[in-house]
Amino acid sequence: MPVFFLITGSVMGNMELREYLSPVISDGAGFISWKVIPDYPTFEHYGKLLFMTPQFFVLFWNSIKLTVIILAGQLIVGVPAAWGFAVYKFKGSEVIFALYVVLMLLPFQVTMLSSYLVLNTLGMLDTHSAVILPAVFSTFPVFLAYGGFRTIPMQLIEAARIDGAGEFRIFCKIGLPLGKSGILSAVVLGYLEYWNMMEQPMAFIENKALWPLSLYLPEITWSQAGSAFAASVITLVPAVFVFIWGQDYLEQGIIFSGLKE
Amino acid sequence: MRKRSHFTWRSKFILFMAPSLVGMFIFVIIPFADVVRRSFYTVVTKQFSGFTNYRTIFTNQAFMLAVKNTLRFTLVCIPLLVLIGLLAALPLSKLKNAGAIKSLYLFPLAMPTATVVMVWKMFFYRQGFINLLLTKLGTMSGLWGEVHKDYLGSSAAFWVLVISYIWKNTGYTVILWLAGILGIPNELLEAARVDGASERQCFMKIVLPNLKGSLYTIVILSFLNSFKIYREAYLTAGAYPQQDIYLLQHLFNNWFVNLDFDKMAAATVCVGVFLFIVILILQRLWDSR
Repeated sequence: MPVFFLITGSVMGNMELREYLSPVISDGAGFISWKVIPDYPTFEHYGKLLFMTPQFFVLFWNSIKLTVIILAGQLIVGVPAAWGFAVYKFKGSEVIFALYVVLMLLPFQVTMLSSYLVLNTLGMLDTHSAVILPAVFSTFPVFLAYGGFRTIPMQLIEAARIDGAGEFRIFCKIGLPLGKSGILSAVVLGYLEYWNMMEQPMAFIENKALWPLSLYLPEITWSQAGSAFAASVITLVPAVFVFIWGQDYLEQGIIFSGLKE
Repeated sequence: MRKRSHFTWRSKFILFMAPSLVGMFIFVIIPFADVVRRSFYTVVTKQFSGFTNYRTIFTNQAFMLAVKNTLRFTLVCIPLLVLIGLLAALPLSKLKNAGAIKSLYLFPLAMPTATVVMVWKMFFYRQGFINLLLTKLGTMSGLWGEVHKDYLGSSAAFWVLVISYIWKNTGYTVILWLAGILGIPNELLEAARVDGASERQCFMKIVLPNLKGSLYTIVILSFLNSFKIYREAYLTAGAYPQQDIYLLQHLFNNWFVNLDFDKMAAATVCVGVFLFIVILILQRLWDSR
């Protein structure tokens, strides 16, 4: 349903939109109205956004840059850590694991002040790093990748050791291919999360030129409803794409996120 | 010999963990310790002030209001979500091919909040679709006239948030319930049926007790996701919304903007400790059965 409104809205002409939305815009009497098929469908809003608003490109690029770097960083940091938890079990590792689970469950508001203090000390406020670095060390992807590694039978790893393979080689040749589902779930869930990220940039980035799309969209007012609809659809497209491509991993990821130890 | 192998075991672990652990210490553990320290100091003069900050927040009306609203929100939403999720998952678990329906439930998860909020506004504004529908119903039945309720500016805003939370998170919950239901060994159910148990008995005596583990994780994860409702609340109503939906998240953000770091530190510690205790209690409850 919501998708339908966004798409029809995005191809409606300004005149038409103004007519339907006028009660909302002027806060007057009467009601909002809508048409399933616009009287005069037009792509002018898309054209305007894509070809005449360089600012939109900057924001779109910001969103992509933030999401891709965060995901890459999470994999580089989190996947080996998950392997560590899954393969090398001893008393100490279990304690650290419990700590990671608790940290995973803390909402952003609880870590907001502490993140701010570090970022301030490191002089990173108002840059993209302010959003990227804390997210890279999130423990959620560790937990998901751990879920994938858990399914690997220990005998397989033992056998590889007996054959004389080094630990790092085992990680690359056995861990990565067999733990793929956990890693990809982390990517899909992470993508949907960071494409939609709002709290972090809102708190740590003041310069609007550095904002991601998700934060910029609400700034568009009703008087430019057409652009708002078109921008929403453009924001939605990559998310839908990842959703369709990664639905199995999304489900897998949700299941991994629910595993207890 | 044995000792030595244990040592290398541990060092291998550390090697894989190193990047993550270092980042963790720099970005989470050390600053969090600093926040705890700050909660006992004044923000301007940096003098030790004991529990003054804690006393301040617990006599602060905004804090108490936010705590009340956040608790109310979670206590309404989580049982509702858990139940709706289970009711939706049960018929799905009987289907062979539930892929399409699952996609339908999961899709809201993929929709960026900012895009959803635009549509929400069209529905819930004074002149929005909901009122239009109600008005039409009213005039058709002749029972009432035009409805011009402002859902976002009145206490109904709370329910708008509840609806959008449920809308967004049902898919997540359904998947977790499904995983739980499908994880129950089929032999158990069949054995019970052979013994003459009715479907109802099977459900009450076998399915439900076996789902306790799922319940624990669903509650925890729903709780975690419930904090993200701030996005919807902020986008529909701004930093100072109608007082029924003034949540802890709004308060933290406003303190942050006003640089009230002493209050914020104390509140962070309180909320953190509270969450920690809730998680522990849930875990205990789960383990003890």
